[in-house]
Amino acid sequence: MTASAAGAATGVAASAAPIVSLKNISKTFSNGTVALHDMSLDVYEGQFVSLLGPSGCGKSTALRIVAGLGSPTAGKVAWANDRLGVGSAQQHEIGFVFQEPTLMPWATVYKNVWTPLRIKGVSLKAARDEVMGALELVGLADFADAYPRELSGGMKMRVSIARALVTRPKVLLMDEPFAALDEITRFKLNDDVLYLWENLGWTVLFVTHSVFESVYLSNRLVVMAARPGRVVDDIAIDAPYPRDETFRTSDVYNQFCRTASDALHAAMDASAEP
Amino acid sequence: MTAEIDRETPKPATMVEGILDEREMRKARREKVDRIAKFVLPVLVMALTVLAWYLVVKINNIQHYILPGPGLVFETLVKDYKVLFDALQITLLITFAALGIAVVGGVGLAVLFAQSKWVEMSFFPYAIIMQVTPVIVVAPLIFIYVSSKIVGLLICAWIVAFFPILSNTTLGLNSVDHNLRNLFELYGASRWQTLLYLRLPASLPYFLGGLRIAGGLALIGAIVAEFVAGTGGVGSGLAFTILEASYRLNIPLMFAAILLISATGIAIFAATTLVSHLLLRKWHESALKREN
Repeated sequence: MTASAAGAATGVAASAAPIVSLKNISKTFSNGTVALHDMSLDVYEGQFVSLLGPSGCGKSTALRIVAGLGSPTAGKVAWANDRLGVGSAQQHEIGFVFQEPTLMPWATVYKNVWTPLRIKGVSLKAARDEVMGALELVGLADFADAYPRELSGGMKMRVSIARALVTRPKVLLMDEPFAALDEITRFKLNDDVLYLWENLGWTVLFVTHSVFESVYLSNRLVVMAARPGRVVDDIAIDAPYPRDETFRTSDVYNQFCRTASDALHAAMDASAEP
Repeated sequence: MTAEIDRETPKPATMVEGILDEREMRKARREKVDRIAKFVLPVLVMALTVLAWYLVVKINNIQHYILPGPGLVFETLVKDYKVLFDALQITLLITFAALGIAVVGGVGLAVLFAQSKWVEMSFFPYAIIMQVTPVIVVAPLIFIYVSSKIVGLLICAWIVAFFPILSNTTLGLNSVDHNLRNLFELYGASRWQTLLYLRLPASLPYFLGGLRIAGGLALIGAIVAEFVAGTGGVGSGLAFTILEASYRLNIPLMFAAILLISATGIAIFAATTLVSHLLLRKWHESALKREN
């Protein structure tokens, strides 16, 4: 599939430059595993793109390469406003949310959220408005002085999201962030992320292995196959936002879930077992 | 968007007796008894041991130059207070100075190791060699090469105290959650920032574990080295007091000195445990109270 096809499929003008594009990315690890083979993907501003695929399809690897946490064996990641040509979050205003909350247990919620700003040299006091603003957005302003251990799994994840958005990123990368949470908490956090995405003008790249989650959240679904990891399908989820519980039980939703599920099964069939 | 208010903090239960079921009540009772027993039982055992000691000496009419009774030991402790206290001061000085240098040296070296795998690979084996070679066989050499007895003692105590700090802190610095490392890399943190904000705090529990061991070892090192150093004079610690007392068959004084050394060891352990608890109580598993 081509970049222009993806742009057309998601209703974004093909002429607009993608905010980030993966150009023929291949990744082979030192143990010989081919994680990605010739993967190309253009992500346009404002999109909520889910990367869906069976385990081992390299979706997390792709996300890490976009974040600059891994280097591609071949190909490159191109950014719309590449100032320094270096793939670091500072330059490209990325936020990253990991699979686990990944909080520092010795620091309060406030200090955890402050960390990205601290690294940039913003003092504890000067960061106050930004940190409290981020905590307010995830509904945890009252818990600024709590330690991570005092929070539930869902709340820890919210802190993690607050930390990702404290630097006001343009692109948010999320690596199966809610996989470890119970369904009720996950639904709640799905809504929260959508709310933030709609209000903060993010572009989101969301890795998941849940068909239902990806359909609920995204307006574009990229299906990947394994061995080697590659893109096999690109589905536009043309359902209006804001989405809520009524969307979750609607026929449109079910229709998209079936389409996505079929695409995922095709991808799994295409993922030859070693 | 509102926060879930299901804070999982263990609430200081406003316990209403009638609400608890039989099982929980039994558990609460047992915990209460355990809390008291934890302090009462060791004290009781101690009291019984001293009593038995007293009776054995009294009934068998054992001479004080073979086994003094507890009363005489206590009497000596008070009577020879000056001698013992001066010696204790020297031993404490050496112990704490050695511990201090071990902390600075151990942490410093661990940080250096953490900065470069090559440095760690080159020097860590030698740290192990220093640790496994008994200090008592190295001490005579040290006292030949070092003219000041105090400095010699300090070196010996340092050798035994520094390894647990080095090895634990190194372990801690290398045990940082890899996602947190990724996070720091993502935001372009410098090596120094990563060390200061992430790796050092993460290694604190490990360091404190090492400190607890090192505190006891510094005392043992200081005492053992003094046994080797032998000669008395100005600046002699408790080990020399024991040696000298044994030459003069002053068994009560030996007991009194041993008592002081044990008490010092306990005090050091208690102090390092307290420091550890105070620093970790807010967040680390080891210092948290659990409901279940």
